[in-house]
Amino acid sequence: MAQSTADVVAANDVVTDLVSDWSAEKEVFKVHWGKAMMWIFLLSDTFIFTSFLTGYMKVRISSTVPWPNSSEIFALSFGGDPIPLILIAIMTFVLITSSGTMALAVNYGYRKDRMKAAVLLLITAGFGLMFVGMQAFEWTKLIVDEGVRPWGNPFGAAQFGASFFMITGFHGLHVSGGVIYLTYVAVGVLNGRYEKKGYDIIEIAGLYWHFVDLVWVFIFAFFYLW
Amino acid sequence: MAAATEEGQQHPLSIYIGIWLLLFVFSAASYFVDYLQLQGYLRWNLILIFMMLKAGFIVAIFMHMAWERLALITAILLPPLALLVLIGMMSIEGDYTYLSRAEFFGVDEAPIVEHHHASGH
Repeated sequence: MAQSTADVVAANDVVTDLVSDWSAEKEVFKVHWGKAMMWIFLLSDTFIFTSFLTGYMKVRISSTVPWPNSSEIFALSFGGDPIPLILIAIMTFVLITSSGTMALAVNYGYRKDRMKAAVLLLITAGFGLMFVGMQAFEWTKLIVDEGVRPWGNPFGAAQFGASFFMITGFHGLHVSGGVIYLTYVAVGVLNGRYEKKGYDIIEIAGLYWHFVDLVWVFIFAFFYLW
Repeated sequence: MAAATEEGQQHPLSIYIGIWLLLFVFSAASYFVDYLQLQGYLRWNLILIFMMLKAGFIVAIFMHMAWERLALITAILLPPLALLVLIGMMSIEGDYTYLSRAEFFGVDEAPIVEHHHASGH
């Protein structure tokens, strides 16, 4: 009983904080300004990616031709029988691994352990490069070997290609941008560029990187698995 | 759990590593939904459950949303709800387009071409 009363008081405090944060006529978000700006950028990016996925949903629902079977199209064979969707599964694991190393980099940054933070950032960027490389392989296979085009493909509904290139292409650009961003931050950490400013920059870059992983979670579910 | 400080977000490493492992488990689980060729509502429900679990843990723990003040949480997480309206309208519109096409052009029952695997190349 005492516990639940404490919970109610805590919940009231949180709401009171919300009201005073907005009504105090001072800064609303009591976080590093760059972090608030990154969140607002990511909010806008959420709208862009959701619009792409919604467009894909719409053309897929309205197609009278069967939608291509992604499980087969993205199968790979390592000598034996093709394993369904294996390349996409590996790409998913690579991105999740990079999210883990990113989270660790943020942690070591705040502990001012520059060497570890920078190395973890570079490892994260390396996994990002690996992801983009596999995506390039996947695109090449689809375009050159399978003849998938934005206006048609041999497997079924013509809208498959347009949806695929648009959604994965935009996501791949985000990953590539993230690799450059993380490398820049890692070099700065090594040079001691953030010793005075503080290491919020790693958390902010981390927000961007985790968001790229987050978007992939939705692409994986709706485009590849559905 | 530790709250956000002026210095930024600092939490024990064990939280991150635990969530990291969970994300691997959920990813493997959603891959096996496809690998085992589960179909129909079972497939769609499992895909959505694993997706929401992964997304939730990434935002709450990796992106630290669980420790932020309500002002930031609501400012970022509430606006995307407007997108649900878009999704709802477009799914109705998609059904309408499908029915119109079926009515005027007919439905293509058979797949156009048999799929050939990359291994055949």
